[in-house]
Amino acid sequence: MNLQTPFDTILQSIHSLSTQKRNIMEVCGTHTVSISRSGLRSQLPSNLRLLSGPGCPVCVTPVSVVDAAISLSQQPNVVVFTFGDMLRVPGTQSTLQREMSRGAKVKIVYSPLESIIYAKTHPKQQIVFIGVGFETTLPILAATIQRAKFENLLNFSMLVAGKLVPPAMAALMEDPNVQIDGFICPGHVSTIIGAQSYEFLVKQYSIPCVITGFLPTDIAEGILLLLKQLSSNRSQVEIQYTRAVSWSGNISALQLMDEVFEPVDSEWRGIGLIPRSGVQFKEEYIGYDAIRRFQISLERNAEMPKGCSCGDVMKGILLPFECPIFGNLCTPTHPVGPCMVSSEGACAAYYHYETVDRS
Amino acid sequence: MCLAIPGLVQRIQNGIAIVDFGGLTREIALDLVPDTQVGDYILAHAGFAIQKLDTQEAEEILSLFQDIERCFSNEPPNSI
Ligand code: SF4
Repeated sequence: MNLQTPFDTILQSIHSLSTQKRNIMEVCGTHTVSISRSGLRSQLPSNLRLLSGPGCPVCVTPVSVVDAAISLSQQPNVVVFTFGDMLRVPGTQSTLQREMSRGAKVKIVYSPLESIIYAKTHPKQQIVFIGVGFETTLPILAATIQRAKFENLLNFSMLVAGKLVPPAMAALMEDPNVQIDGFICPGHVSTIIGAQSYEFLVKQYSIPCVITGFLPTDIAEGILLLLKQLSSNRSQVEIQYTRAVSWSGNISALQLMDEVFEPVDSEWRGIGLIPRSGVQFKEEYIGYDAIRRFQISLERNAEMPKGCSCGDVMKGILLPFECPIFGNLCTPTHPVGPCMVSSEGACAAYYHYETVDRS
Repeated sequence: MCLAIPGLVQRIQNGIAIVDFGGLTREIALDLVPDTQVGDYILAHAGFAIQKLDTQEAEEILSLFQDIERCFSNEPPNSI
């Protein structure tokens, strides 16, 4: 009787195709966590390095956004709403969580619609949603703005700090210090933007791209598809996660996003300015822009805390273990860099789940 | 934070669906997937459906989610 599972079979094929040193990068925090939690990394051949890219939206949110959120929450009559992931991300002096414990008006929600409902029932207060996220979340932020417009809410605005993933992948390919042989493309970002959005990467950089799901078998199969491309000198976009991703993506979502936002050059914490990798409000929706309403100046400052290597970790130049302060000065209870703060940050995932130093 | 979880649409009213996530029901907005119908499986993220799913696959994935409640909590995901 054959007791081999499909997962074993995939692993075996990965081992037999892994004939040389390769770097494969995942650009999605949920993949990072799944890889670490399942122990997949330790089952792969030693010449195959999985690198965690800038796949955690809050890890790449600039300090200035956190600072602005904190200062808004201290203004009279303003209530700040955001996602739970933002709470512990360090600003220059403090975090939203710390300010909350000091009485700042910050509310954490699962859905931005909760902030719309609050705005409707509290017309005398100014409601500001801090909108972070990748393309998975951006259409939702756009739909929220449209609902605010439909309801004619004058006390609602949004500080949009959303990011676009493919331009960041291109920026990594342009960086001479970065060595990547293939991308595991983010699953739910791709649900929205579709596989076609990676075509330009394949054309410009001849880099294999595979969109995978989140189960360990999905990721292993994605890695196998990448190795097959590499060993036959092909580079193309392939979809392993066919149950949720199509070639063209979610057209309604893309239209919504396009109706409200437009691309703009954007700063990624620890990485720097990346052309057309963020979004801003289109002219027709500028009335909902919290940056305008509260005259916030978001200074461009990609500085990281002293001793922190998050930038190099997110570019795949260093593994989390290779940061000199990993696990000693920087731990999940005393995080120094954002990659250790967020549960989907590469350093936190390594800290919780990876035991063997394979650097 | 791009986590999205599958659920079964039970009712739809004014563009909002009542969705069953393995026994837990939640209101999910359908702005991004306007052609959703009762009986469809959808993937939900931050209170919105982002995609429809094939029935059989959705059931398989749903059985793999153990801590659905946490996915909807407003708490910061301190532990993974
Ligand atoms: S260990 Fe801490 S300081 Fe070092 S890269 Fe990771 S998060 Fe940044």
